[in-house]
Amino acid sequence: MAIRTQPVSINIGPQHPSTHGVFRLRVTFDGEVIIGLEPIFGYLHRGKEKLAEARTYTQFIPITDRADYLASMSNNWGYCLAVERLAGIELPERAEYIRVLVGEMMRISNHLMAVGFFLNDCGAFFTPLLYMYREREKLLDLFDMLCGQRLNYNYMRIGGVSQDLPVEFLPALKKFVQEMPGYIDEYEQLLTTNEILLARSKGVGVLSPEQAVNASVSGPVLRACGVEWDIRRADPYSIYPQLEFDIPTGIQGDTYDRFYLRIQEMRQSVRILQQAITGIEQLPHGVYRAHVLSLVRPPKGEVYSRIESPKGELGYYIVSDGGVSPWRCRMRGPSQLNLTALRDMVLGWKLADLIIILGSIDIVMGEVDR
Amino acid sequence: MDWLHWLFYVGVILGAVPVMVMAFIWLERRGLGRLQLRPGPNRAGPFGILQPVADAIKVLTKEDIVPVAGDHWVHFVAPLVVFAPAMLVFTVIPFQEDGGLVRGLVPDLNIGILYIVAVSSISTIGVFMAAWGSNNKYSLISAFRSMAQVVSYEIPLALAILGVVLAAGTMSLTGIVQAQAVPFIVMQPLGFIIFFIAATAELNRTPFDLMEAESEMVAGYHIEYSGMKFALFYLAEYAYTVGISAIAATLFLGGWKAPWGVGPQVGVLWLVVKILLVFMVILWIRGTFPRVRVDQLMGFAWKFLFPLSLINIFIIAAESLAWPGLPWWLLFPNTAIALVLVVVWSGLFRLGGGRVQV
Repeated sequence: MAIRTQPVSINIGPQHPSTHGVFRLRVTFDGEVIIGLEPIFGYLHRGKEKLAEARTYTQFIPITDRADYLASMSNNWGYCLAVERLAGIELPERAEYIRVLVGEMMRISNHLMAVGFFLNDCGAFFTPLLYMYREREKLLDLFDMLCGQRLNYNYMRIGGVSQDLPVEFLPALKKFVQEMPGYIDEYEQLLTTNEILLARSKGVGVLSPEQAVNASVSGPVLRACGVEWDIRRADPYSIYPQLEFDIPTGIQGDTYDRFYLRIQEMRQSVRILQQAITGIEQLPHGVYRAHVLSLVRPPKGEVYSRIESPKGELGYYIVSDGGVSPWRCRMRGPSQLNLTALRDMVLGWKLADLIIILGSIDIVMGEVDR
Repeated sequence: MDWLHWLFYVGVILGAVPVMVMAFIWLERRGLGRLQLRPGPNRAGPFGILQPVADAIKVLTKEDIVPVAGDHWVHFVAPLVVFAPAMLVFTVIPFQEDGGLVRGLVPDLNIGILYIVAVSSISTIGVFMAAWGSNNKYSLISAFRSMAQVVSYEIPLALAILGVVLAAGTMSLTGIVQAQAVPFIVMQPLGFIIFFIAATAELNRTPFDLMEAESEMVAGYHIEYSGMKFALFYLAEYAYTVGISAIAATLFLGGWKAPWGVGPQVGVLWLVVKILLVFMVILWIRGTFPRVRVDQLMGFAWKFLFPLSLINIFIIAAESLAWPGLPWWLLFPNTAIALVLVVVWSGLFRLGGGRVQV
């Protein structure tokens, strides 16, 4: 007698420990194998882009913090850069250096979280994550020193940053930069060659370079496919052309590559930090913002500017009608576009794989839903 | 006074085991905290020692939620079916030597180990009942996983135990302990490794915690339980962990036997120390490893543990034929064989089914 079977559809989320926010996946299973997937998002929609139209250019900066709340500084930066390009504002060099410093610190902090949660999704019950929290805590203390905040910084301003580095900041950062390579080695020792982790993540959720490019995927997810695309090199901004760093790439484009790539990127960020610290020490104190009127009125026109946020290409498209607030502001969130490749990656894999593939993309729902 | 004996030991088991389980829960949470660079519970009482009490009060006062579309009776009975076997395991564990103060309920049961294997399988039915009664898809998937897992891992577990039975020549746990002039962990390292891995899988502990995998199944089969029923599942999980640790201590670590003859009068304390030792290793693994996937889990049981456990039995049987009484020097060849086999088999079989290249 044949047993009658039928596919089962399960809602994963919106309340689920590993959907990384209020995200819902309607998944159709044949046994444990995924045969259909429909991502449903919008639960965290707060209309940020519309909010920009009712605020002055400066007032919108704190709202960008709330988009990718694990990398607020990068969001600040992306937005300020767009406005500066639109208004043609030149930044003092010190401001650029400060931005690079905090941007790379943010990248390390974000990747620590991404790697930690990925391992947590793999089932390594919180231990790696809490090890990564130890270093993230130090970074948060540094940010706290800088602007008094630990999560939503609101540090950057149009034309520079809100305040200069405090005296004790650079020594503390130097100490961190010295210690960090050792800690990264420690993470690698913990799990990167663990048999179970390799078996779980190697060859799982492969994304081909063509698929990735077609889906407009960017950031570590794209680089893990072997495509050497980094906005810091491809469309340089700030002082990145003067800095030396490599763009690590993956081989297969599987979850393991994405995981390992983030660890390598942390090493590169540490390298950038070292150079930026040496650079900023030669610059005079106190020149951290260009002379910009508090009510910025960019000329009529439009701009699209992009930066390499820790999650990928973070772009801002701003249309100005010459007034005090943007006529239209549009965010290109890397999390959202990376998420669109999810279905290509998970079909045919199992439930447990879905969780780690989703974890390896590294999404923040604040940025997906905006 | 036969009924007095029963009354006393039932009291001891029902009283001491939950207390021990609560102590171990506290220990696990503190220990896990240490492994994870955090203090662990430290608010309730000195070193957070009253945390299990606080938890107990919390779960007792919580609302008992029953899914409307579920099977109410099955939902109600399931926690009991899971909890009871965990307690039943302790009935045959010998606490101390013949003539000691507390010997155990029926330590001389001549089919002791068979009884344990039989009883410990019952809780799977409880797990399935819980999943079925909850009428929840997550629970059901978790129960499917659990069934497949327990059925697969019971075989290497039983075969590893068989090696001990062969060496001791008896199924009674007292007899097995007495037969361990040298603890069986040294005499049969391969058997212990297989037993330990299979037992970890039976317990659904990391890296085989697929059925309550938090990042996938949220809580697995007890997702729809709250209040005291949930607490029973929680207690049962730990009671069973302690139970399996007790079995491992009895079968492989020499049970109540005092190492180097130190303090043989307090055998029961030695037993507790050995249980603690095994428990801490399980905890250590929990704090370290990621989780395997379903197919890898099954592959590991059938391709790795099963052949090795057959080889183990063969070796022990051949040795007991050649050298009846198994002299102590056999530990050297056995350790060598265990090392070679594990290394060779790890090379032959990789978790990803050949997909993994390092």
